[in-house]
Amino acid sequence: MINIFEVNETNKMIEQENLDVRTITMGISLLDCIDSDLKKLNENIYNKITNCAKNLVETGDKISMEYGIPIVNKRISVTPAALIGGSACHSSEDFVSIARTMDRAAKEVGVNFIGGYSALVSKGMTPAEELLIRSIPRALAETERVCSSVNVGSTKTGINMDAVKLMGEIILETAKASRDEDSLGCAKLVVFCNAPDDNPFMAGAFHGVTEADCIINVGVSGPGVVKTALEQVRGKDFETLCETIKRTAFKVTRVGQLVAQEASKRLGVPFGIVDLSLAPTPAIGDSVAEILEEIGLERAGAPGTTAALALLNDQVKKGGVMASTAVGGLSGAFIPVSEDQGMIDAVNEGALTLEKLEAMTCVCSVGLDMIAVPGDTKASTISGIIADEAAIGMVNQKTTAVRLIPVIGKGVGETVEFGGLLGYAPIMPVNPFSCEAFVERGGRIPAPIHSFKN
Amino acid sequence: MKKTIITVVGNDTVGIIAKVCTYLADNNVNILDISQTIVQGYFNMMMVTDTSASRKDTGTLSRELSELGDQIGVVIRCQHEDIFNKMHRI
Repeated sequence: MINIFEVNETNKMIEQENLDVRTITMGISLLDCIDSDLKKLNENIYNKITNCAKNLVETGDKISMEYGIPIVNKRISVTPAALIGGSACHSSEDFVSIARTMDRAAKEVGVNFIGGYSALVSKGMTPAEELLIRSIPRALAETERVCSSVNVGSTKTGINMDAVKLMGEIILETAKASRDEDSLGCAKLVVFCNAPDDNPFMAGAFHGVTEADCIINVGVSGPGVVKTALEQVRGKDFETLCETIKRTAFKVTRVGQLVAQEASKRLGVPFGIVDLSLAPTPAIGDSVAEILEEIGLERAGAPGTTAALALLNDQVKKGGVMASTAVGGLSGAFIPVSEDQGMIDAVNEGALTLEKLEAMTCVCSVGLDMIAVPGDTKASTISGIIADEAAIGMVNQKTTAVRLIPVIGKGVGETVEFGGLLGYAPIMPVNPFSCEAFVERGGRIPAPIHSFKN
Repeated sequence: MKKTIITVVGNDTVGIIAKVCTYLADNNVNILDISQTIVQGYFNMMMVTDTSASRKDTGTLSRELSELGDQIGVVIRCQHEDIFNKMHRI
């Protein structure tokens, strides 16, 4: 039988070390909503979402209460809207109406974000996908809870440089469209390479076409738990360090698995995956950067950071894999800047630069995340940064992403406040040299040779 | 049988166990096991209970016990045992 020390250990993780389940995300397929009449399409989408997710929030809250574990977010991901709206939408404005419908449905069922205002254009763009991409600035400015993502490349297809060029412009336009809120729209927009179909985390969540009609994915968290565990092994060798991270990741993931199974059972919806990510929040002690410091770095960004992050990411996966029946999504360590107090401190002290962050994305679970840059950054420069990230993802067969926020009207040295889980961020300098001629070429970067595995 | 773990942590004072047990008895919750220690002056108790005969669900018991804890000046949690089993047992 369970003993008092084990019970206390679990409760200490929850109370003092910010252990929580970060999100229960219900993936809903909208493929059966497709109609050539826009009004009917929107009606179908609204009805499907509000029907599938009507008990999601209440069930999440009940599970949270019964097990005594906080479940921070309840969210929804849907089939990429570009696929759903293809036959009904003849203009960007038509697509914006889908975003409004998603927003309305999200508010009705009480989830705080809905993802899937997305387009998958890793090889080429259909006219509908281009219309959707061009509608993103307005869609994000006019809605509150809708999140958008665009997949511009993959290991199998290469990188769609036309889409990369377009996304540089779209990110800037999105920033301008939400300039009154410090360009907050860009916090809800992710550009991916190798985007996973079952990611439960926002803003990049969408319900892939390979998925079932409705599923439950769960994202765990727990940087604070890992950090506290590592405090007990200061000065010990790497084997001990790795073993400690693995054991901790196992425990954290088991909680996610339990919640996922319970939610799946109570909602009568199949369980999809557990995403074993260390997702930081701006709360003190809930930071991936602080784990890196505990591993032995003065600040995140110091030499050794990439190696430390690589081992952290790998051990989290190794520990978590055994704890869950199905692992997926992004799984690893997130390194967002604005959502992690240790990262913010590292940037403010000059320890962490955009270039070092890019190196870190070769080994972390996603990419350049929640990074504020000057509002006068050129669209082509943003496209260049996206291309760099996509290339890292394509060649290393991993997911990479870019969530940059060019803050209109602000420059290096200033700070931007997003509030809540999104945190705040110092504006980071961007390399001033131009890549315009590179981005202007157009076309596609072919897939790397090691993608041909057949 | 639906087992629930109740933990009580806080400053030691007269009548903590009495008040918690009275509440449990009133709500038809059976106590299967009690272990209790004092760690650095802090009262630390764990009860394994069977709530299947109670008319209240775990969520309600949890909320009411938490309120009782506020009155006594201790923290009382009431959690389904599976969260501990899952985490500590393979």
